[in-house]
Amino acid sequence: MSRTSPQVTGWLLLLPSLLLLIAFTHYPAVATIWHSFFSTPKGAVPASFVGLENYRLMIDDPVFWQALWNNLWFALGTIPISIALALQMALWVNGRIAGRGFLRLAYFTPTVLPMIAVANIWLFFYTPQYGLLEQITGAMGLPSHNWLGNRQTVLGAMMIVAIWKEAGFFMIFYLAALQQVSPSLAEAAALEGASRRQYFWKVLFPLLMPTTLFVLINALIDAFRMVDHIVVMTRGGPDNASALLLYYIYQVGFAFWDSAYAAALTVVLLFVLGLTAFVKFRFLDRRTHYQ
Amino acid sequence: MSAIALEHVSKKWGAQFAVHELSFAAPAGSFVVLLGPSGCGKSTTLRMIAGLDSPSSGRIRIGADDITDLPPASRRLSMVFQSYALFPHLDVRENILFGIKVRKEPEADRPRRLARVAELLGLSGLLDRKPSQLSGGQQQRVALARAIIAEKPVCLMDEPLSNLDAQLRQEMRREIRGLQQSLGITMIYVTHDQTEAMSMADQVILLRDGSVEQDAAPGTLYAEPASIFVARFIGTPPMNILDLAPGGNGLVIAGSQRLVYRGRLPQDIKLGVRPEHIRIDPDSGIRATVRSVEYFGADTVITSSLGTNSIAARVPGKHVVAAGTQLPLTWDTSAQHYFDAISGKRTDEVACRILQRSPTTTEETRA
Repeated sequence: MSRTSPQVTGWLLLLPSLLLLIAFTHYPAVATIWHSFFSTPKGAVPASFVGLENYRLMIDDPVFWQALWNNLWFALGTIPISIALALQMALWVNGRIAGRGFLRLAYFTPTVLPMIAVANIWLFFYTPQYGLLEQITGAMGLPSHNWLGNRQTVLGAMMIVAIWKEAGFFMIFYLAALQQVSPSLAEAAALEGASRRQYFWKVLFPLLMPTTLFVLINALIDAFRMVDHIVVMTRGGPDNASALLLYYIYQVGFAFWDSAYAAALTVVLLFVLGLTAFVKFRFLDRRTHYQ
Repeated sequence: MSAIALEHVSKKWGAQFAVHELSFAAPAGSFVVLLGPSGCGKSTTLRMIAGLDSPSSGRIRIGADDITDLPPASRRLSMVFQSYALFPHLDVRENILFGIKVRKEPEADRPRRLARVAELLGLSGLLDRKPSQLSGGQQQRVALARAIIAEKPVCLMDEPLSNLDAQLRQEMRREIRGLQQSLGITMIYVTHDQTEAMSMADQVILLRDGSVEQDAAPGTLYAEPASIFVARFIGTPPMNILDLAPGGNGLVIAGSQRLVYRGRLPQDIKLGVRPEHIRIDPDSGIRATVRSVEYFGADTVITSSLGTNSIAARVPGKHVVAAGTQLPLTWDTSAQHYFDAISGKRTDEVACRILQRSPTTTEETRA
């Protein structure tokens, strides 16, 4: 072997992933922040430094606020339900039941499907007149309802799709964590007279906390990254009622070609995600028991 | 009362019997050890008593009550697991108090009971630690404390010492036995370690393939093993089992001239002699060829071949003998055990006949 120092070897080993990270993550992030302080170049007019002008624009932009609020509601509505559902499913398929391999597969299927396919399936469910949902409610004699075409119901309808898609994915993490918990803990608790409910809240749930935390962070990031379903199913409509932050950025950047304003919006998104990571590492980690 | 009785208990996994028609009784306040090699059904038996597994057939009683169909919590017993089963996210205090809290027992009593068991087990200074911050022996103590604080009349232990080092194991053996006696608990203790069984038990139940091989006090197990299996399971090194062959108007040790019995017997038998009952005696000894020598400090185990048999002798002190040396070995006729060659069971009837017409060691004919 050569006499390369361990320092050099270490850096060489880091180099491939470091290059990719810098090229596709760190440089774009920094460039975005930089661009958000300039105006959008138009034809012969080059970009000029405008300071916080883009951000001032944002504060006065009702669509931005609506997208942000939509996104917050979207996160608040999807995360707790999908986590609770994931845990419920994991507890169920972790038990000794017949056909649990099939059940696990069934629960995981939504995760395996491509986003666009999922969106198309649900588009059919929600279609007015002849969609699955309409056929069921029609058979029960309920009036017809356009779920995706109504301001009141469109965001809720999109949340259900997200929950359906996410819960199976999170279940896998819970299932893995549950299989790490020694069965003798449940037996010891049962011998001590703990009910199943007490065992869950006093033993199992605290032991699953690291997983819950991991899933929570992922769910939060996914909620703010949601764009595929919106593009296929609603395009943010009607009247921006289902516009989420990333979809709005996409619209501003690639439909209106206002790249500077899109950059400023992206910085806000980055800030939200960064804050999430900070809260996780700084506060939640301390209160969590890691094995 | 809290005597435990199993009546014809069986446990089937598929077509295989893990425990087959097992019956035994443990008197109240006694220390009963379920002993056996792995896979003999001892842990399954314990789990059935605890209610963690249910028997395929048979009844289990504690005192006068039939508990066969009761849930674990209603059986008024505590259990210490091999893995300790401590809750990793709770500190020692919360681990010990776990049962009391979930059962919602009076809050006023808790500090007094906690202080008592913590002191009993030397845990007073460790109450705020998490299990991962404790050594193996300390974790073991927490598991014991959790079992004891419940103040239940029956305690079950599933190989509680198997994860500890030899020194600590010895210490905990004494401690567990002392606690059991001072608290008057009925203890069912599962182990594969015959030292634990011999040193702690009032009664040892040696299991083999899901059935009782012998159920007796430790002394009886050693002095009168019911079968070759028991004879070789108890004692280190295990009892020598020697094949016999016809010769010299009776039975000789196979491959040698040493006469064991003059005359004929109605069945084929094997001869058992414990290594610690064998002496080196130049006057009357029978020549054996030394194969290997292991020195243990207080004594030396010499393994030799005697005719077609291999024989181990445990002799006090240090002996330096080269392999291949001829060594004169002898033992008293009273130290001999006889087993049926086919069933492996002890045959005391043969023993009587042999003792009546015992050839003395001097009658041996040399080749």
